[in-house]
Amino acid sequence: MRPVQYNLTGERNIKLLEEGPEGYSGEGFFATTLDKVVGLARKNSIWPLPFATSCCGIEFMATMAANYDMSRFGSERMAFSPRQCDLMMVMGTIAKKMGPIVKQVYLQMAEPRWVLAMGACASSGGIFDTYSVLQGIDQIIPVDVYIPGCPPRPEAVIDGFMRVQDLVGKESLRRRNGERYKELMESYGIQ
Amino acid sequence: MVSATKNSWKATESNNPETRPAKSQSIKMSLTYDHIKSKLTEKFSDQVTNFEELYGMLSFEAPKEMNLKVMQFLFDEPDLNFRFLTDLTSVHYPDNAGRELAVVYHLHNLVDNVRVRFKVFTDINSPDVFTAANLFSAANWMERETYDFYGINFIGHPNLKRILNVDEMDYFPMRKEFPLEDQTRIDKDDDMFGR
Amino acid sequence: MSEHHIKLPEGSIEKQTTTLNLGPTHPATHGVFQNILELDGERIVSAEQTVGYIHRAFEKIAERRPLYQITPLTDRLNYCSAPINNMGWHITCEKLLNVKTPKRVDYLRIIIMELARISDHLICNSIVGVDTGAFTGFVYVMQYRELIYEIYEEICGSRLTTNIGRIGGFERNFTNAAFQKLEKFLNEYPAVLKEFENLFTRNRIFMERTMGVGPISAERAINFGFTGPNLRAAGVDYDVRVHSPYSSYEDMDFEIPVGSTGDCYDRFLVRNQEMYQSISIIRQAYQKVQEFKGAEAEIFHADVPEYYLPEKKDVYTKMEALIWHFKIVMGEIDMPKGEVYNSVEGANGELGFYLISDGGRAPYRLHFRRPCFIYYQAYEEMSRGSMLSDAIILMSSLNLIAGEMDG
Repeated sequence: MRPVQYNLTGERNIKLLEEGPEGYSGEGFFATTLDKVVGLARKNSIWPLPFATSCCGIEFMATMAANYDMSRFGSERMAFSPRQCDLMMVMGTIAKKMGPIVKQVYLQMAEPRWVLAMGACASSGGIFDTYSVLQGIDQIIPVDVYIPGCPPRPEAVIDGFMRVQDLVGKESLRRRNGERYKELMESYGIQ
Repeated sequence: MVSATKNSWKATESNNPETRPAKSQSIKMSLTYDHIKSKLTEKFSDQVTNFEELYGMLSFEAPKEMNLKVMQFLFDEPDLNFRFLTDLTSVHYPDNAGRELAVVYHLHNLVDNVRVRFKVFTDINSPDVFTAANLFSAANWMERETYDFYGINFIGHPNLKRILNVDEMDYFPMRKEFPLEDQTRIDKDDDMFGR
Repeated sequence: MSEHHIKLPEGSIEKQTTTLNLGPTHPATHGVFQNILELDGERIVSAEQTVGYIHRAFEKIAERRPLYQITPLTDRLNYCSAPINNMGWHITCEKLLNVKTPKRVDYLRIIIMELARISDHLICNSIVGVDTGAFTGFVYVMQYRELIYEIYEEICGSRLTTNIGRIGGFERNFTNAAFQKLEKFLNEYPAVLKEFENLFTRNRIFMERTMGVGPISAERAINFGFTGPNLRAAGVDYDVRVHSPYSSYEDMDFEIPVGSTGDCYDRFLVRNQEMYQSISIIRQAYQKVQEFKGAEAEIFHADVPEYYLPEKKDVYTKMEALIWHFKIVMGEIDMPKGEVYNSVEGANGELGFYLISDGGRAPYRLHFRRPCFIYYQAYEEMSRGSMLSDAIILMSSLNLIAGEMDG
């Protein structure tokens, strides 16, 4: 009923399927580096922790439901326990009263962990520039991907999720023990 | 209450909600604003003042010591019957000396479908008002919210502490002298944001 | 970690009850409010609620903004049924500004408000299902919420936080596509609702989990300030649409479902029946809208140039429209002074707006009478004596929306 243009730039050779990492393959074997394989496995089975506070939470429910199914991307199981999940999706306004709780949940997550800030309120405080709203969760925890929008459309959420998948797939295995990561954690006061 | 002898799961039709047709509600309009006004002035003589009818709602005021007496009268009196507290809030008028904070009660008579607005004014230096939480259980949190935003001390309230803001906050944010934004931010440029 | 000694609080060894924190974060994304329960084994002895984890200071923000800029704030109160909040706010402003809307606008508003009510009740009922363990109902019914979102998109462009309508009407006329989607919804949805009902209403597991959980009597409910489906489940047939009709609801013929005990099962059934009534109201309103022909069918707002922003093409071509546009945006329209309280029947109950205007551009004071905030106080009384798993179901069947609770 409503014509939607998918291919705006007129590209011809669009790669629809992930073909796997580069490597050397032969009769019955395929050799590649370890971090590429680990990255491939991790990025296609991210278990998110939906930290939904407000309106973006309802858009997340719509993303998770059948119409914009997010479990196609491997996040079938929405783990509500921080110990068992990889990605914390913070959706909705975080007030200053809620800040310590976000930090506590973040601390309970096990490495490797990623954070996705969904919506304008989680990214920067949104339309609420008030005394009681935390202006962006990156004041208290490090964030990997920001999805702007108020609320972002489910397609935008999926796009943000795919960016997280890119980050997860390309991450080096030594990142979490490195100096830069330690400095990042220090700057947030996290041991 | 979950009891040991439960209804059998083959419940009868009585568990389905009955429906009542909306149009046949006979909403009695026998209670007029003049009647309320005359009853109030009869009982409280000239302590109930300032009767106004703004946008279809009668509004009156009383001194703050009388607020419970007036509400109890409106609650108990059989032909007034204001048993539903719709709203309890407060307004700050910094220019009225001696009457800066107003506590506004919206009462509703569900049977006759009549609403009134009742205001008490108090001084900002001693904002003590008697609590309505014993009369209306709905007033419990509404008074906590009013305390949280304006600092009105409700005497006799069972649990008067902050409800919506953080517990460590030491000022009352909705008062007119306090700003909206968080003043501790250093990364926002005031020239660009017009603050 | 060695410097943290575990210090037990006073009297915790002699204490007979366990303290359990149903903390602000909940599985199944309920919203952020906290319950600290005292449990004796599995029975709840007492509960203490903490709210304010999403306090966004709407009332303070509203003192800064002109009336038409407050509409996006009202969206975010009860975000599952944002159009009802928007329309309620517009109706309040119209009461203050003494603006009369034409009938067609009223009927279109009724259609949108009832769609929003269906959307909210769908979420509430399906989350009650999820909490009792049945995920299928939720996923099945969300498809029809997507259809409702498509209808909103045709009119205002946005799905969830709609900012729909203006003071005096709508920002654009309903397109044919919107009406086609509405007809598709009206044709397909009642069968889906029937299937959803069949999953739950005579399901033994669901009935045993929700019957008798969190009952409240009518007198206590009225004293606690309950309104909406929670009050109607307790037996009181108070509905703002009937008692103080707004937006031509008096022309509609519908019934009010009423329960008896006020427990979770009654609330579920009342909400389901209300959805059927909403569908009937939408049909009647749609039929009435279709009766307007010709020039009357093009009316989508009241003729109030002082408060309704003129169309952009007029602003760029006509002098009068340009002047009105300038005046409205810069705030040079004379606002009347006064106080007005107006309420609408939100999906959770009576959503009231208390607006005090002192003649300036922005309200002097705006207070939202939020139903969720008021009836959450009764949680302790309703949950005393029930089991821990009932506490969760009670929380979700009361339809607590955190945005409305804290505001």
